[in-house]
Amino acid sequence: MSTLSAARLVSSRGRRVETKRRSRSTSLAPLLFLAPAVITLAAVSVFPVIDGLRLSFRDTMLSTQEDAFVGSSNYARLAGDDQFWSAWRHTLVFMTASTVIETVLGMAMALLLYEQFRGRGGVRAAMLIPWAIPTVVTSRMFGWLFDGQHGIVNWLLIQCGIIDGAVNWYGDGHTALLTIIIADVWKTTPFMALLLLAGLQTIPQSLVEAARIDGAGPWQTFWAIRLPLLATTLLIAGMFRALDAFRIFDLVYVLTGGGPADSTEVLSTLAYKTMFSALDFGYGSTISTAMFLTEILVASAFGLLIARRIKREQG
Amino acid sequence: MPLSSPLPLDRPWTPPRRLSWRFRSGLARTALAIGAFLVVAWSVAPFLWQVSTAFQEDRLLTAATPSLIPWPPTFEHFYNIFVEKQFQLYIVNSAIVAGLTTLFCLVIGGAAAFALARLRIFARFGILSLFLCVSMFPQIAIVAPLYIIASVTELMNTYTALIIIYLALGLPLTIWVLFGYFQAIPREIDEAAIIDGAGPLRLMVSVIVPMSLPGFVTTGLLAFIAAWNEFMFALAFTSGIDRQTIPVGIANFTNLYYVPWGDLAAASVVVTLPLVALVLAFQRWIIQGLTQGAVKE
Repeated sequence: MSTLSAARLVSSRGRRVETKRRSRSTSLAPLLFLAPAVITLAAVSVFPVIDGLRLSFRDTMLSTQEDAFVGSSNYARLAGDDQFWSAWRHTLVFMTASTVIETVLGMAMALLLYEQFRGRGGVRAAMLIPWAIPTVVTSRMFGWLFDGQHGIVNWLLIQCGIIDGAVNWYGDGHTALLTIIIADVWKTTPFMALLLLAGLQTIPQSLVEAARIDGAGPWQTFWAIRLPLLATTLLIAGMFRALDAFRIFDLVYVLTGGGPADSTEVLSTLAYKTMFSALDFGYGSTISTAMFLTEILVASAFGLLIARRIKREQG
Repeated sequence: MPLSSPLPLDRPWTPPRRLSWRFRSGLARTALAIGAFLVVAWSVAPFLWQVSTAFQEDRLLTAATPSLIPWPPTFEHFYNIFVEKQFQLYIVNSAIVAGLTTLFCLVIGGAAAFALARLRIFARFGILSLFLCVSMFPQIAIVAPLYIIASVTELMNTYTALIIIYLALGLPLTIWVLFGYFQAIPREIDEAAIIDGAGPLRLMVSVIVPMSLPGFVTTGLLAFIAAWNEFMFALAFTSGIDRQTIPVGIANFTNLYYVPWGDLAAASVVVTLPLVALVLAFQRWIIQGLTQGAVKE
């Protein structure tokens, strides 16, 4: 509270004198309205993140009640931990693949939905269904679709002659991550499409019309006009998606549990297991702190690109 | 072609390649129809297959050729989940947790969004951005500290712990979306209310909130769906069927030797149908709410 009032005092410097003379209740009101939200977020999000950083320098075992400061030894362990680095690779592969595929497919869907046709509202409504389904349910659904023995995906692919025999999709280390990516693409592409559709609708129709009159086909219109004007939207949507994909948990935990043979272990599931199976809260917090730092890097990279883009558009 | 000059003004004009008008629009219309069909099939088919599975007998599910139509339909999977597995308890837990989370999100988030949108405030966009940044934390980073706090305060396996956590997870989006709705209300209305002697609370409760009810419905739905679907915290913070929510119930549905696909499908249908109904009923508002603020230039 005191820091907030200090911030307010600083803010009122240089404003007109009336600001200071406003009655006390009026100037306190914004703080009172904001306080519950700020306190909740500080207590349940900001403080735990900082506390997690503290834990990452400690050896905190819930099973033995051990709790001691160990300096950077958790980080040294992290650097040499093969399991961590393989989870790291899986997370990056998943993040990149799902973001790229979902952006491209989402763009295609958005362009489709931008056109006028009968039943467009129905298509948009249908697209919300994957988004609304709980991720755990999505995992179970794809577990059934891609089941190695009785899954309909195998049956369809065999009927079409694409594969010869049943594939054990998520039970096989070579295809398990692919199955997870497919499930995620199913669930999240529609959301991407909605964000991009919102962006498309901000493009002045006159530009597109002008290009059409100049003889540009749909393909040229897209590459020369829509795509450049959508670049900022694409970057923002891509950033949201990448950050969200980076922390994937439910889909992996329920569909494969990180297996087979750790081939789908991602950072969130590894950290979770370290904390709640091994009860090693210190090292688990080290993994999650490393994740947090990576997220900041990813967000900053996107942030720089977005800022440069906006500057170029304005300048 | 350089991206910075979107219009090819420097090129000589060439007449457009001509297809007959009728052929061209017919082709375009067919392509659109195929595309629309693919999108709908892609979005709906996996769920429909789940619905079909829920009504099929186990011997059909393990047959060499899958049957698409559940005939004869069976209700044994629904019987299993409700009578043997007490699935209704998970539903009650989820309804309590998600319902209260939604209520608190709307009240607390609504007040914050109101302050940011309508009151004289320092660095409003700075504060808004901070709220948004908080929502991008990897959630796994706060599990361990919160777990320790919950153990000390004896909040483990309570609705309270889940509601407080979900409130914090839901607030950033709630504030962001409601802020957008409040901004759209003309300022003159505030001035009129203030001249009539309304204070900030009165202004919010009697003027701004009633005018943005659709916004509250949308935001409430978003918060509800997020809390209804959350898995990781529910898994870590609850330990019994008396407090576990639906996602945890579904995740625990399997045993070591086989996966009861039919029962899982039935449970999926039961928890998803209400959501699908809500989403279809309010889809226009949800799309508006989802796309507001997030990608506005």
